[in-house]
Amino acid sequence: MENGLTLVDLLTELNLEPGTVVAEINTKIIEQDQYEQEVLRDGDSVELIRFVGGG
Amino acid sequence: MFTLPDLSLLRQRALNANQNDVLTAMGRGAGDIEALATLLSPAAELLLPQLAGRAGEITAQRFGKTTQIYAPLYLSNFCNNRCAYCGFAANNKIHRRKLTVEEAVSEALLLQQRGFQHILLVTGEAPAKAGVDYLEEVALALRDHFAAVSIEVQPLEQHEYNRLFKAGITAVAVYQETYDKEVYDKVHLAGKKCDYQYRIETPARAAAAGMREVGIGTLLGLADWRSEGLALGLHLAWLRKNFWRTSFTVSFPRLRPAAGAFEPFSTVVEKNLSQLIFALRIFDPDVGLVLSTREEARFRDGMLGLGPTRYSAGSVTSPGGYSHEDHEGEQFSIGDQRSITEVCAAIASRGFDPVCKDWDVEFQH
Amino acid sequence: MLTIASTTFKSRLFVGTGKFSSAAEMKQAIEASESQMVTVALRRVDLENPEDDIMTALDRDKICFLPNTSGARDAEEAIRLAHLARAAGNTPWLKLEVTPDPRTLLPDPVDTLKATEQLVKEGFIVLPYMNVDPVLALRLQDVGAAAVMPLGSPIGTNMGISNKLQLEIIIEQARVPVVVDAGLGAPSHATEAMEMGADAVLVNTAIAVAGDPIRMAKAFRDAVHAGREAFEAGLGRQSTSASASSPETNISTPNLDFISN
Repeated sequence: MENGLTLVDLLTELNLEPGTVVAEINTKIIEQDQYEQEVLRDGDSVELIRFVGGG
Repeated sequence: MFTLPDLSLLRQRALNANQNDVLTAMGRGAGDIEALATLLSPAAELLLPQLAGRAGEITAQRFGKTTQIYAPLYLSNFCNNRCAYCGFAANNKIHRRKLTVEEAVSEALLLQQRGFQHILLVTGEAPAKAGVDYLEEVALALRDHFAAVSIEVQPLEQHEYNRLFKAGITAVAVYQETYDKEVYDKVHLAGKKCDYQYRIETPARAAAAGMREVGIGTLLGLADWRSEGLALGLHLAWLRKNFWRTSFTVSFPRLRPAAGAFEPFSTVVEKNLSQLIFALRIFDPDVGLVLSTREEARFRDGMLGLGPTRYSAGSVTSPGGYSHEDHEGEQFSIGDQRSITEVCAAIASRGFDPVCKDWDVEFQH
Repeated sequence: MLTIASTTFKSRLFVGTGKFSSAAEMKQAIEASESQMVTVALRRVDLENPEDDIMTALDRDKICFLPNTSGARDAEEAIRLAHLARAAGNTPWLKLEVTPDPRTLLPDPVDTLKATEQLVKEGFIVLPYMNVDPVLALRLQDVGAAAVMPLGSPIGTNMGISNKLQLEIIIEQARVPVVVDAGLGAPSHATEAMEMGADAVLVNTAIAVAGDPIRMAKAFRDAVHAGREAFEAGLGRQSTSASASSPETNISTPNLDFISN
């Protein structure tokens, strides 16, 4: 992984609109206004979650 | 906060009810306030035996063929209120007495010897004489002698009820006397009891404090009994909704005309009282219905199985009256003068089981 | 008008967004239903299909999102999903589902109560999915549930109202709105729930997998409306304590000669 990769960078790479996705880094929820500041490190576990259809 | 809605429309409709409406109302489920109004109507009086039958079925289903037995224990007849209808009114010159804790225990043990396990401590409303400290002391002294001790005293604050609950009191009875504010103001002439609102909120405070059972009621003979029945039903439904863990009872103290005493504003005869009981039983299958010794033995025996679930027996309504047979300073005169043994025998002979013990003090420690 | 947590709804039909054949069909069905609140679930983003996003199909200015915690097997998982839901949707609304048994998908009463209490304290508007248990309904209300959602019948069974007696008790005792959810397979089931006095119903599968979901959505809309109208017009209540005797016959008539006047 590149050094200094932010969450926003990652989402862009994955073709995901940052506003539609919730991100958890190492089980901690990241606030959407922090996506640009949040820097990813080696070994980080990232969960990307969004709303889907459901009952 | 419980507030009584305007009942006039409901009452009007009920006055126009016919026999078919009554039969329909009987078949309605519990909790139907329109049905209650119809069951309290003049039309329903013509179907009294059918109402009795339905009330009897429901009572048997919910309570079995049992009748709880209790005795009132008057601790004090001091009272600050001037209620036009009551023997204890502040301006009445009667012999006033408040039992010491020792005397209370002594009276109570007499009752225990006679077979009572459930007693109701009664006082007039005079906190300076018989306040929460005193009641707590008495409760603590009595708790290990009885299965259940309840109180019918001045309205208290929630934290005070909580104190008494911890001291062993399981139930609180507090009657609004009348839900008709105009009539209420007419008969409550002085003292804290003049506060209609504070009194009507009292059952809720007792329930909120954790009391297992709360009793409500009206004094029949003040306002129109059909309206009182409707108000009782509404109050009961509201209390159940907001205090689902609490049990409830309704009592039916009835003013009887007596020379020189307060003249009731309306006459409520036995037929009316029975209709009120049947109607409330159909409206609320689970409420305890209490018939005290104000009523005659003949009437009480006849009503067994038709709604009432709890009877007092051998009652004396003056403080210290169980040890001293003179009945000076009574609250009301007794209709059914039989002893507990006689009452239990009458109950048993009619195929019901008189229950003297229905709880245990151990459950509340 | 239905009010839940100070929010009013003109429609008493809530709709789930799952199981539709396409986002477009889902959107049209929801519009046809005239529903103002829909449930959504939370799942890991499908990295193979990054553009697949339900949020774009629905206008959040017109429709309230009710995220659910489907998949949660205990209170802890449900609370985590709730936090994610709040972050994802910027909303305090939550349909709490705690379903440890993947076969029956029945709600766990103990962890549902636990999670409700915790999430209410955290400021969520909690609508707990529950079995038809009157005492549990009271306990959930006591800890602050904004509504209760007793099931009609277990998810997938389409049996409609399977426990009428206890649902009636819940409705009678409720101090908050009652939303019947799950197992409503036909519009008549929804009508039945509304006639009983339910405040709203939630329907998903019956609409999503119908031959014509848009038409079915309209049918449910009409069914909920009809049921509510009937209830407000004053249906004859059925007796929960009905005994074998009908009012006209078979009532025992005790001798009341003992009454003197």
